[in-house]
Amino acid sequence: MSDIQDYPSSLRDPASRKFETFSYLPAMTSEQIRNQVEYIVAQGWNPGIEHTEPENAMDNYWYMWKLPMFGEAEVDAILAECEACHQAHPDNHVRLLGFDNYAQSVGASMVIFRAPAV
Amino acid sequence: MSARKTYDAGVKDYRETYWMPDYEPSATDLLACFKITPQPGVPREEAAAAVAAESSTGTWTTVWTDLLTDMDHYKGRAYSIEDVPGDDTCFYAFIAYPIDLFEEGSVVNVFTSLVGNVFGFKALRALRLEDVRFPIAYVMTCNGPPNGIQVERDKMNKYGRPLLGCTIKPKLGLSAKNYGRAVYECLRGGLDFTKDDENVNSQPFMRWNHRFDFVMEAVHKAEQETGERKGHYLNVTAPTPQEMFKRAEYAKQLDAPIIMHDYITGGFCANTGLAQWCQENGMLLHIHRAMHAVLDRNPHHGIHFRVLVKILRLSGGDHLHTGTVVGKLEGDREATLGWIDLLRESYIKEDRSRGIFFDQDWGHMPGVFAVASGGIHVWHMPALVSIFGDDAVLQFGGGTLGHPWGNAAGAAANRVALEACVAARNSGRELEREGKDVLTEAARSSPELRTAMETWKEIKFEFDTVDKLDVAHR
Repeated sequence: MSDIQDYPSSLRDPASRKFETFSYLPAMTSEQIRNQVEYIVAQGWNPGIEHTEPENAMDNYWYMWKLPMFGEAEVDAILAECEACHQAHPDNHVRLLGFDNYAQSVGASMVIFRAPAV
Repeated sequence: MSARKTYDAGVKDYRETYWMPDYEPSATDLLACFKITPQPGVPREEAAAAVAAESSTGTWTTVWTDLLTDMDHYKGRAYSIEDVPGDDTCFYAFIAYPIDLFEEGSVVNVFTSLVGNVFGFKALRALRLEDVRFPIAYVMTCNGPPNGIQVERDKMNKYGRPLLGCTIKPKLGLSAKNYGRAVYECLRGGLDFTKDDENVNSQPFMRWNHRFDFVMEAVHKAEQETGERKGHYLNVTAPTPQEMFKRAEYAKQLDAPIIMHDYITGGFCANTGLAQWCQENGMLLHIHRAMHAVLDRNPHHGIHFRVLVKILRLSGGDHLHTGTVVGKLEGDREATLGWIDLLRESYIKEDRSRGIFFDQDWGHMPGVFAVASGGIHVWHMPALVSIFGDDAVLQFGGGTLGHPWGNAAGAAANRVALEACVAARNSGRELEREGKDVLTEAARSSPELRTAMETWKEIKFEFDTVDKLDVAHR
């Protein structure tokens, strides 16, 4: 039994809360975030940014940062908005979305800045 | 005015009436491609015409009541014949049926005609329904998937990646409480869904209502613990439709997001009714395909799986098992890619290299998630993400539950592997070539994944497929 590792997760520990895609990987580096932004742009999706207090992360609706950046293909401009949202809400999760208007769905969604409490 | 017809009793060659090589199929015709293996001495045109006749208006002899209707309108028409590449024992026959031969919205009625008595016809040694083109006019009469891929993503809050599932094992014999434990461990470890095995219905060792109660507690607790939305496919397949609906209603009372049905053993009538119920009740519907291999595995006789896929999309379901290409079950890669397209896309063009014989327009009909399940584990993840893309549910049964540290660790290993593969793909890496590197890098921060990779690296399934696409160089 000593070889078996316990799976540490509990209701009491907020660190057990996940936030969907990529939340089981280590927090992204700025290089990794740039790669994901490039992917969203390459798919022709419209980037969007949302944020929330971590305790409300399960809600459908997070706070929208400005409006989705329709037609924005400049990676640095998108990264600057992500950073601006993070600076304005340092205690919140910030997620990057790629709106796919043809599928009427979201093609990509990932938390790129994690709230420090989690 | 057509020539006056007179009654002439007796047996006529089918081809006089049903072989029409000059016929141009109309946009509203239902088209079928059959692979026919005739008895020795039966000419191709006669065999094709016989299939057209026996699957539509014809019977073995002329009857006087034929003259009371417009048989030339209602008959099936064999309009083309083609060689089967690499096999001269059989040939393809293309048959067009007028749309008013079929009741609106009834895959039951379509199958009763197309794969009914004709399959026992003595003049044929074997018969296989290879593909069907459903005209958009018929598609529009069917209810189709109750929710579809996009609605399920919104309801479950899963975006930008395939979903992860696991079938609970052992498939038979667990008590309801122990079964719920296995569900809870999988979900808290990071899976999106767990699944009743298809033969879990309501046996004496675990009645359905006990299972539903314990499982839903497990689902709700795992949701609170992880902050993510979860589900378990509660199997409502039952002996009677009344019982099936009773179980579905109870699942809804317990706030279950998803139920499941076996559409072939349960029957197309029951499935279509359940899919409509799911649409009205906002319930997701997972579809299992037990018995499909009885119908689709023999290359010369039966119904090709791509037809069963189309029938399910019309009858209704939000998930359908498709084979994995890489796991323990049958499935040729190109053919699988073909029927995955038929499940998910809105317009699929004829593509013989994928076994697709007709253009298929689904119009408004929502897409269905492809489910890859059977004999897969973390080492298959790069190939699975590459083959299936995002709109799939990847289900690891033994590949989750067989982890040396238990289900939660097995689930976490799969989730880390999946996310690492998706992140790598998005970053432009070639998953099927760099898969090992991607997983090895991800395992550095996940002891669960590292252990899974050590446990399963030797397992392979390398039997050749029995049902291959028809190609000249077999």
